[in-house]
Amino acid sequence: MSTVPVIPIPARYETACPFAPPPAYTEAASTGPVGRAELPDGSPCWLVTGYPEVRTVLSDRRFSADARRPGFPFLTEGRRKIVAANPSFLRLDDPEHARLRRMVTGDFLVKRVEAMRPGIRRIVDEALDRMTAGGGPADLVAEFALPVPSLVICLLLGVPYEDREAFQANSRLLLATDADDRDIARAQEELLDYLTRLAERKRARPGEDTLSRLAMRDDLTLREIASTGVLLLVAGHETTANMIGLSTALLLRHPEQAARLADPATVPGAVEELLRVLTILHTGVPRLAVEDVELGGTLIRAGDGVIAMLSTANRDDGLFGAEGHLGVAEVDLGREARRHLAFGFGVHQCLGQPLARAELQIALATLFRRLPGLRLAVPEEALEFRPEALIYGLKSLPVTW
Amino acid sequence: MQVNVDRDRCCSSGQCVMTAPEVFEQDDLDGLVTVLRPVVPASLRGDVRLAADLCPGGAIAVTEADGAGTAV
Repeated sequence: MSTVPVIPIPARYETACPFAPPPAYTEAASTGPVGRAELPDGSPCWLVTGYPEVRTVLSDRRFSADARRPGFPFLTEGRRKIVAANPSFLRLDDPEHARLRRMVTGDFLVKRVEAMRPGIRRIVDEALDRMTAGGGPADLVAEFALPVPSLVICLLLGVPYEDREAFQANSRLLLATDADDRDIARAQEELLDYLTRLAERKRARPGEDTLSRLAMRDDLTLREIASTGVLLLVAGHETTANMIGLSTALLLRHPEQAARLADPATVPGAVEELLRVLTILHTGVPRLAVEDVELGGTLIRAGDGVIAMLSTANRDDGLFGAEGHLGVAEVDLGREARRHLAFGFGVHQCLGQPLARAELQIALATLFRRLPGLRLAVPEEALEFRPEALIYGLKSLPVTW
Repeated sequence: MQVNVDRDRCCSSGQCVMTAPEVFEQDDLDGLVTVLRPVVPASLRGDVRLAADLCPGGAIAVTEADGAGTAV
């Protein structure tokens, strides 16, 4: 094992392909499904890169998602304190996790999301109307990719969209790996306070939204409602916004692929391939082994930290074809990509995935249909990405049409 | 082919409903999976096998016609 490199997490982006995760993870995957990694504080953890092994880590209860357990892998001590003090159900195990998650599953049912499609279409069309009203160029991230999912999740949760400036800035801080711990803690407190006050108001005057329903329950504390609210609000707009921006930039590089979105029948499969190839959770998913586990020929001891790397699992040769292995140059919207793990796996798999899929399908298909001349307004080399974010994306995307 | 679900393991991801809507549905109230067609017709077997494989909670068990059970 001494010859196997120890990969620092987060790894640096020294890559020719700005859409791809750091090459160190892909290189680690080529040496075996389970490798060694090192967190920023110098503590060791396992880097799990193989597809079946990632599925095992995320679905086997011998790996815990409870961030309060000593030794749970975190990027900084500050982040550990912040998350452990107010864990949302994302960082809890069953039965606590199931109790809290099941209170909101009803809002993300496939049929409920299907019923939201006309509303999402209207939001997408109106955002495009506003973006194009003044003529080009425009920043597609600020004018389209971020407003669409922000409006949708605000509508669903019952959060006033006019408060977006504060919650968008705090969401970004919460997901920054290069931010000061005190700033991250302040961002989390502000978001929790904001959602707590909102839940109190909903208790007095309930509406037809998720927060109102949560606020009316007598088996939830205001803090639990706020933690769930922060999770849904942050996860509901940051992820989808980054996927819309990155997907657009990638498709502008591959116009022959973008043209395939004109056929409505190819759109759902195309979105699965974009989810697979971009896998925006570049830093992976942390877990803690709570029993000894033999995984991919390696003995992982109880108490060891583990990072499940979704992006390398999604480049599995056998499942998705070897040509997709390096970078994302070989994005193929016709590929059978539904087995990807971009939404994670196991009981923590993304709750909002039907909503994310609907938003991505409608946003990308509408964008390329309405603006057939869409193109970058700057050279691709000038695009600014977010290597410092837990969820990868573009800072801005200057386009014209 | 027969399909059974363990609702205690269901986490309402909706993968099964998206993959095989003729066979699976989500309960309106709790979002948990319900089976519409426990005996799966030949035309839907591929979709049901994929749904079982995609299920993040491992809640779907498929029994092939020969009686060999595979809990995925």
